[in-house]
Amino acid sequence: MRQKVKLTELQIGQIARVTSVEESPYKEKLQEMGCIQGALIKPIFKAPFGDPIAFDLEEYTLSMRKTEAQSVNVKLLDPLFYQN
Amino acid sequence: MSSYKKIVLAGNPNCGKSSLFNQLTGLKQKITNIPGTTIENKVGKLIVDGQEIHLIDTPGTYSFNPKSLDEREAVKVYFEDPAPDAIVYVADAANLKRNFFYFSQLAQQGTPMVLVLNMLDIASFKGFEIDIDRLEKELGIRVFKINARLGEGIKNLKQALKEDQFVPHYAFGGDDDHTHESHYDSIAKLLNKTTKLKSKRELVSGKIDAWATHPILGYLLFLIVLLVIFQSVFTIAAYPMDWIEQGFGWLSEFLSKTLAEGWLKRLTINGLLAGVAGVVVFVPQIAILFFFMGLLEDTGYMARVSFIMDKMLRSLGLSGKSVVPLLSGAACAIPAIMSTRNIENWKDRLITIMVTPLMSCSARLPVYTLLISLAIPSDKFLGVVSLQALVMLAMYVLGTLAALVAAVVFKWFIKYEIPSYFIMELPIYHAPRWSNIWLNMWQKSRSFVTEAGKVILIVSMVLWFLASYGPKPTTPFSIQESEELEQSYAGHFGKAIEPAIAPIGFNWKIGISLITSFAAREVFVGTMSTIYSVDDEENFEQIRTKMNNDTTPSGAPVYSLAVVLSLMVFYAFAMQCMGTLAVVYKETKSWKWPTLQFVYMTALAYVSSWVVFALFS
Repeated sequence: MRQKVKLTELQIGQIARVTSVEESPYKEKLQEMGCIQGALIKPIFKAPFGDPIAFDLEEYTLSMRKTEAQSVNVKLLDPLFYQN
Repeated sequence: MSSYKKIVLAGNPNCGKSSLFNQLTGLKQKITNIPGTTIENKVGKLIVDGQEIHLIDTPGTYSFNPKSLDEREAVKVYFEDPAPDAIVYVADAANLKRNFFYFSQLAQQGTPMVLVLNMLDIASFKGFEIDIDRLEKELGIRVFKINARLGEGIKNLKQALKEDQFVPHYAFGGDDDHTHESHYDSIAKLLNKTTKLKSKRELVSGKIDAWATHPILGYLLFLIVLLVIFQSVFTIAAYPMDWIEQGFGWLSEFLSKTLAEGWLKRLTINGLLAGVAGVVVFVPQIAILFFFMGLLEDTGYMARVSFIMDKMLRSLGLSGKSVVPLLSGAACAIPAIMSTRNIENWKDRLITIMVTPLMSCSARLPVYTLLISLAIPSDKFLGVVSLQALVMLAMYVLGTLAALVAAVVFKWFIKYEIPSYFIMELPIYHAPRWSNIWLNMWQKSRSFVTEAGKVILIVSMVLWFLASYGPKPTTPFSIQESEELEQSYAGHFGKAIEPAIAPIGFNWKIGISLITSFAAREVFVGTMSTIYSVDDEENFEQIRTKMNNDTTPSGAPVYSLAVVLSLMVFYAFAMQCMGTLAVVYKETKSWKWPTLQFVYMTALAYVSSWVVFALFS
């Protein structure tokens, strides 16, 4: 049920919790924007060609490229408990 | 202790800060330039019960560790002397968690703060309930509810600005623990105590996004939006431009009757007035384009355009955030280049700056219009579309393509290790906040008039001198103005460069125009009218006829299709705008980039014109 995955592996609409953000030049930016351990995140739509991707992050919409999303590790949540 | 209070307005982008600033200061605001830098802070003065307050608006920022030039400017204000007396922090109540992050960093600076909650209507729609009293107690500062859009709660806030405020005593992070995690942790605890989520509802924003970012419909929508914008720019701007031209015509006629003869009169009319007219005549087009750009940005649509364009632009060395500067370049490269400040990555920003002047700006329009009327028949293509309009469209496409190709080349040559990213908020859609849009339009147009105006004015006065005086003393008025121009320094210069420009089909007359175009490209038309002794500067028909009738010694027309096309391509690519070069210097703080820009664009223009001339002759 609960598996460790990269943010890019989520399907549109799947809710996950951020477990860690890997070291990168944009880690700080991601964290400032609230992409931080424990945050709820859900991919909601993609740009044409699948990149960048828009996420529901807590209470707002954040877009990032696949490369940046690759550096975010998440834990998939049971959608039954986190209906949106 | 100064007599006035210095108060800084801070907050995340899209929190409604500008609306609040406009509500508090009305139109009594100005942009101050700190000498020697590009820093621009909006300062508004207001007086509450006799207390003078200087309110400083800062660009919207996500953190105290700035990522872009815009954000760097926002943060600098806290280190200035005198230090601010208080910070008014505006937060989007519908997105408190992230909005509190920058707050949590500012709260440690020891400056008194006030918290202003905006967009409570959206917050309550989303199901949030905020306990203001509890929030005040926890933070130890005053908290105000406002609706910046409708102007609610502004009065209370205004009254509070004159009073002394408090330093927040809520401990964000641990004693020595100021990681992002620890701050977000304490924010979560604070919000647990002060807010409740009663129900959960989706906003309509998501439904619009399904359309706006659709793989086919998304681009189609953007294309339609662009067409509507450019169509309106051309049709609406034509009227005020006519009035401005007429106005300056009357003024110069009036001055030529009233002023005493002499060099001062000629300088005033042909140098000064012509220079001012050349700047002012573009204001309508530029203002209208910036009105639309402001509208797209304010409603949130522009962020989606950046989103769908990012992948494509990235492969060209640009970023989704380059969309705004590139589109603004269709009005004027100067404010367009200034709008690159929110691009975080230095390389992305630099490439955007370097290629933006290739976008077809409004100063090229009169040149194209004259040249197209010279060589392109007014037939209808396939009986429907005007051939001349098609060529005009082709010039816009040509400029855009050139900008994109140039970007790819710069991508290869500029070495920069730090990878770019596109971590960007997509703000929710909302109805336009007209006061913001009007102000944005006004400020952008003004930056064009002041930034470009200064340079264009000086250059046109220098050029007036070069075109009016020559190595051999001439007796003014005894000869034709066109002959006078031939004898002038500019005329000599035109002839001197003739061997260099002959391969691309230009004679010395065009050479003079190339030189005078350095003030602004549209000066080409005015110079042509002087060379061909046209009385009424703006009479296209007269200039056109005289140019059409000009022949080479062998009897062939000077302005053949090959020459005209070569000239059009030259004007599309050549860097002929001193104002732009000055702004590129200011924005990159180095002469290297404007020099490179001048060299590559001029080389591109020369080679392309040569190819076009060879192909068509």
